[in-house]
Amino acid sequence: MTNHWVDIRNADVVLVMGGNAAEAHPVGFKWAIEAKKQNKAQLVVVDPRFTRSAAVADFYAPIRTGTDIAFLGGVINYLLSKDQIHHEYVKAYTDFSFLVSPDYDFADGLFSGYNAEKRSYDKSSWSYVRGEDGYVKTDPTLQDPRCVYQLLKQHYSRYTPEMVERICGTPQDAFLKVCAIMASTAGPERSMTILYALGWTQHSQGSQIIRTGAMVQLLLGNIGVAGGGVNALRGHSNIQGLTDLGLMSNLLPGYLTLPGEKETDYAEYIAKRAPKPMRPNQMSYWQNYEKFHVSLMKAWFGEAATKENNWAYDYLPKLDKAHDGLMVFDDMYQGKVNGYFCQGFNPLASFPNKGKLGAALAKLKYLVVMDPLATETSEFWRNFGEHNDVDPAKIGTTVFRLPTTCFAEEDGSLVNSSRWLQWHWQGAEPPGEAKTDAAIMAGLLLRLRAMYKEKGGAFPDAILNLSWPYRDPHEPAPDEVAKEFNGRALVDLYDPKDPTKLLRKAGEQLDGFAQLRDDGSTSCGCWIFSGSWTQAGNNMARRDPSDPWGNGQTNNWAWAWPANRRILYNRASADPSGKPFNAKRKQVWWNGSAWVGSDVPDFKVDSNPADGMGPFIMNPEGVARFFAIDKMAEGPFPEHYEPFETPIGVNPMNGNPQAVSNPAARVFKGDMEVFGTAKDFPYAATTYRLTEHFHYWTKHVRINAVLQPEQFVEIGEELAREKGIASGDKVKVRSNRGYIKAVAVVTKRIKALNVNGQKVHHVGIPIHWGFTGVARIGFLSNTLTPFVGDANSQTPEFKSFLVNIEKL
Amino acid sequence: MKFTRRQFLKLSSAGLGGSSIVLMGFSPTAALAEARAYKLARAVETRNTCPYCSVACGLLMYSIGDKSKNVQQDIIHIEGDPDHPVSRGSLCPKGAGLLDFIHSPNRLKYPEVREAGSKEWKRISWDEALDRVAALMKEDRDANFVAQNAEGVTVNRWLTTGLLAASASSNEAGYITHKVVRATGMIAFDNQARV
Repeated sequence: MTNHWVDIRNADVVLVMGGNAAEAHPVGFKWAIEAKKQNKAQLVVVDPRFTRSAAVADFYAPIRTGTDIAFLGGVINYLLSKDQIHHEYVKAYTDFSFLVSPDYDFADGLFSGYNAEKRSYDKSSWSYVRGEDGYVKTDPTLQDPRCVYQLLKQHYSRYTPEMVERICGTPQDAFLKVCAIMASTAGPERSMTILYALGWTQHSQGSQIIRTGAMVQLLLGNIGVAGGGVNALRGHSNIQGLTDLGLMSNLLPGYLTLPGEKETDYAEYIAKRAPKPMRPNQMSYWQNYEKFHVSLMKAWFGEAATKENNWAYDYLPKLDKAHDGLMVFDDMYQGKVNGYFCQGFNPLASFPNKGKLGAALAKLKYLVVMDPLATETSEFWRNFGEHNDVDPAKIGTTVFRLPTTCFAEEDGSLVNSSRWLQWHWQGAEPPGEAKTDAAIMAGLLLRLRAMYKEKGGAFPDAILNLSWPYRDPHEPAPDEVAKEFNGRALVDLYDPKDPTKLLRKAGEQLDGFAQLRDDGSTSCGCWIFSGSWTQAGNNMARRDPSDPWGNGQTNNWAWAWPANRRILYNRASADPSGKPFNAKRKQVWWNGSAWVGSDVPDFKVDSNPADGMGPFIMNPEGVARFFAIDKMAEGPFPEHYEPFETPIGVNPMNGNPQAVSNPAARVFKGDMEVFGTAKDFPYAATTYRLTEHFHYWTKHVRINAVLQPEQFVEIGEELAREKGIASGDKVKVRSNRGYIKAVAVVTKRIKALNVNGQKVHHVGIPIHWGFTGVARIGFLSNTLTPFVGDANSQTPEFKSFLVNIEKL
Repeated sequence: MKFTRRQFLKLSSAGLGGSSIVLMGFSPTAALAEARAYKLARAVETRNTCPYCSVACGLLMYSIGDKSKNVQQDIIHIEGDPDHPVSRGSLCPKGAGLLDFIHSPNRLKYPEVREAGSKEWKRISWDEALDRVAALMKEDRDANFVAQNAEGVTVNRWLTTGLLAASASSNEAGYITHKVVRATGMIAFDNQARV
């Protein structure tokens, strides 16, 4: 979330799209209801289903699954053509005036530079025009046909209300009503928040859907303000934290990135990640990259990371390609992976195409499952009849199952969707012999270390020199680990501006990332978490719920990254002169000598507004980008592409067979072949969650198993009549990859839509059942889903695929 | 039966201040009128946050056991934390069932192994489990570690073993996991963020 849960109450319009907060985040959704009650906010829901969020909405509009870019592109067109945008904001705080390379082009569904064979783009033309001074050229009058504003207008002029209706199935009057409500927040006195979740991410163009939402918010001046923002409602309690800590193939903690194998030179590795400003007087905060990186390497490798060895640059593995979950399972399927660890993760249920996943796991030599619960993944080798039809005798994988603690049995911190790090305390002993994840990882490291010390082996240096200064090396304690990621001074640290001023003594905890150095004198395991455990103590454990500004910010409750800032980009809540756009909901402002306010300013605190520094300090441009330059895989402007399994078979936005679905999405050999077509699988299917269940965990929980005991699918009344299905009938739902059997629920909540001259029915598939648990045994719903992901994040397309349905 | 001074002190020291027990109506005299003692009064209260979605509602967990050595804490009740600024005491149908998650019959209690081709689990000790896993790791790593790529560039990577990290483990567990994983050179590394 750019903003935070309680801040939703400050909104005048709440758009719930690509999510269903009332059922998936029920307690957070209370703040949307508060906005309605206290603030007379309008709640708008756009969804294929009339969800419980829709049931309390002021306005609901239906949409075909997977067509959100068409809808939001239509909104952009509406706002631009009616000129209902926040003029001062977009002019000063976005790239509207930037001039784009004359080589950039878009035609027939494709951007310039497409390589059909590689399914990817040469992005060199997706760039700016630079002046002789090296800075990007701009046209402040916005008249130049090659400025971002003009290109944006041109690109989205194609997204007419007629086109939106044709692609999305949303009736034009409903679409225009939504546009009018959103446009009402274009002025500085009103704001809109967007709440989204997996309904936007789980598509082959999910990242671009979210970008389109962000572009709408920028046009309306709703980023950085109270009651505004683009708010991802994360699905798991610490998926935010584990992403912040960089537990992904290409990341290091704090969104630092692992080098690729072409980055052989340390200085070039740093320089590429520390871009110089693209416009005069801009901050380009990533210029501090090396301070964060060196401090990380000191935290990990201590004395072994020196200036002479480029801070142990060779200890970091160098990437050959992406190794996201889909890639790894495809490699596993091809027999290229021997060992796999699943730590609190149930991939047999959580990645797409269960058949392929099970076959992949069966090719492993060893699988190690660390989990509090008996997951399906740990039992992938066991025969559960048609729910998991395998022959254990033919599966040669050795499977270890290691019991771990759950939240109630350990101390530690989690990061919620608001970026708050909240500390929690142990209330019970773990069952049986269960151990913490930290103890298991430590046990493995210490054994490896002993073996490498004794017998040698491949490149033991990083293993032997890993800094492991914990009181009990067999189980690093949460407090000492948290202090390590906050960071500490390794020598007496003096203020660079005043060498007589001692900032921190050697060994003391740092106050924040501003104190980090690139000379090896500080250590910090995750720069964005710096400030969470200072010399004053554990800020994550703070429990002061006071709200002195009355804006719901509670700055002394827990600690938010970065720097305890509660609303990101909050400089943009003030006008270029530093005065709040909206005096009633002011965040930060310039008091004549410094930036102050109710929140920690997301800005250089002594930067006089007259100097013209932009509010988007992480971008070298200093402003927000409508034109993404080379940052996205499938183009600098979001464009509508059909799901890979499309019920209409064409993309009404173009006549190009290469551009029906995302032209830059990665599709593995063998997976394209098992995509289904509308001829055999005529219905648009979408998966979702129920309010009584949490993913595949609560089927192990008695009370939730009682509340929703049995697997079901939802279909509309019209489709039910056509297929002769009544509520309560057992049905079989098939995709081109497999089938599930479930009880049919016939509902008024899912209606047929008229799309591109044909009728499209949706089949709704809740995901929560499987072959382990205390609920009734069911089918893993990912038996049906296609093995393809978003072109940028590789998030699987769980929300849009094709099925057929028949009564059993 | 009358409350002795000793019993009352024991009651008051079990997590709640004496004065708040009196405020709640649990003065020794009032307790005589109760059909049975209010069970949470003797419980230890621990603050936590919900492990399910990212709203992170505040929890109050109540356990029996006075935290003295050799006494096993057992959680008997979980409710919303009314002080929490986001949840203000609320829990949803998922969070309200957390007690049954902690006590699920499907909680794993002992390390187990399913040998290649076998139809069943076999209970093993932690030492055996970790020794065997570490040996498999080393064997695979030594056989397949890539110190240099075809161009002779130092890449120090290990591609044939991977790890999927959790979505609900703490930052501290995640940080330690990341540290160990990268030190081995593993890059087939991912978490739940993508799904």
